[in-house]
Amino acid sequence: MLEVRGLEVRYHAAVAVDDLDLHVEEGEVVALIGPNGAGKTSTLLALLGLVACRGEIRYQERTLNGIEPEERVARGLVLVHERRQLFGEMTVEENLLLGAFARYKRGERHLEGDLERVYALFPRLAERRCQLAATMSGGEQQMLAIGRALMARPRLLLLDEPSLGLAPLIVKEIFGILRRLKAEGTTILLVEQNARAALELADRGYVLEAGRVVLQGPAAELREDPRVIEHYLGIHGEGSG
Amino acid sequence: MDPLIFGFLLSDGLISGALYALVALALVLVFAVTRVILIPMGEWVVFAPLTQAVLLEGRLPGTVWLSAGLLLVWAVLDRRRGRTPLLLALAAALVVAAGYLGLAVPALAPLVAILVVLPLGPANFRLFFEPLPGATVLVYLILAVGLHFVYKGLGLAFFGPEQFGLPALLPGEASVFGLPVPRQGVLMVVAAGALMAALYLFFARSLFGKALRAAAVNRIGARLSGISVREAGRVAFLLATGIGALAGVLVAPLSNASYEMGFLLGLKGFVAAIVAGLSSYPLAVAGGVLVGVLESFSSFFASAYKEAIVFALLLPVLAWRSVSSLALEEEE
Repeated sequence: MLEVRGLEVRYHAAVAVDDLDLHVEEGEVVALIGPNGAGKTSTLLALLGLVACRGEIRYQERTLNGIEPEERVARGLVLVHERRQLFGEMTVEENLLLGAFARYKRGERHLEGDLERVYALFPRLAERRCQLAATMSGGEQQMLAIGRALMARPRLLLLDEPSLGLAPLIVKEIFGILRRLKAEGTTILLVEQNARAALELADRGYVLEAGRVVLQGPAAELREDPRVIEHYLGIHGEGSG
Repeated sequence: MDPLIFGFLLSDGLISGALYALVALALVLVFAVTRVILIPMGEWVVFAPLTQAVLLEGRLPGTVWLSAGLLLVWAVLDRRRGRTPLLLALAAALVVAAGYLGLAVPALAPLVAILVVLPLGPANFRLFFEPLPGATVLVYLILAVGLHFVYKGLGLAFFGPEQFGLPALLPGEASVFGLPVPRQGVLMVVAAGALMAALYLFFARSLFGKALRAAAVNRIGARLSGISVREAGRVAFLLATGIGALAGVLVAPLSNASYEMGFLLGLKGFVAAIVAGLSSYPLAVAGGVLVGVLESFSSFFASAYKEAIVFALLLPVLAWRSVSSLALEEEE
């Protein structure tokens, strides 16, 4: 479904992503793990076209090079941004409806079913549908960010650090939701510093260091790999969740 | 003060206040979505009644060719974007056709004038502002000032230096609280109120309006939701030109129109927008009314200083804003 070859992202002289190859198949959950500054977020931003990049990105058998981010969203490539990027002065429901804007623009007018689906996944959002997004807690905002992305009916959902800065209990809840999405067949590319949780959820994983893939394979194998255990699943790894 | 004089000054102030409020709304809208301080707005506002006046004289105004030409340049720039160039070329043809229609049917001239001026906003955005995405407010401002000079010059070339009187859309006088007020003024105020209500509904109720607000408050969030920030900019410019052209056509019969009136008009709208901190729509309306009333009363009491008094309004507003925004800046 997604095939990336030779991806390179530079910020002026600094190379964030260097000759990166990866692929995601339909129905798969793929985890991208690695330390801070390994180029995980840059990879996702490049996939969406929000930063300039070199290399080839093919999605659903078609190249994405030169396609605007909005058009990629319309084609079902949807990102939950690390900083959530909600519309703070708007209500929960307005945020959710705007998530479906690309579909609305195409003429789809019946979004109630999608709203109900998101509210079923996140009952807390249903309770707060009239609350302003900015006034919610971090965990609720993360739920809203995921809910907004789901409103676009993603074919490939890109998630950037969904557990960042959240209390362990909320992290557990969010990963529970991701497990449900996976069971429903949603294809997910997940960037996460909480490697333990990510590799438990994922089918396959890539380990990034300094912008390159240093290790890849089925998630079950990565969980057993001594290098992964030492660097990402040990005491240090746990602390970053 | 004589209550009759007070009434006249107040009604005068409210009528021009409605005009400034509309211009201020347009400026706030454009700034919120695109970060452009649209100085040539005033020129476009007077282009509408001037276009109407030239049509009524039985000539085809230069704005028709300007509008059609800009649309064609836009079509060339976007030639690889599917059906877009075709639609733009069609719009250009439509503008020229509308121009000839306005010549043939003078009653339609006000409508034709608005239609002719309408493409100027989005076309200028596409041609001059879109190629510089993410530029600073200052760069956009310099560009906007440049465009203002260009449009002022074009105004002189198209319409000449003289003032045009325009027939009222609603002739005669109405009695408001026992005060004789030109019907055209009443129309201006009522139309401004209706337009504001329509804008409110658009932004509060429709998903397209909300998307425009979203693009204004969070560009990245908007793009993640599939909202094109460029398209939002074009729509903002389109709405702004539409509001401005309509306001121009409505007010011109009360005040005449000449090419050089645009700048001062835009500047007063800008003062009203500054009162609103370039961000609040309700405050922009209040600012517009304040500017209009202040101008009307100061033209009675100190007519030599009438402009100076209006622009002096900026001083306390800016002082207040800079004091009250100190805390905000520290947060960032």
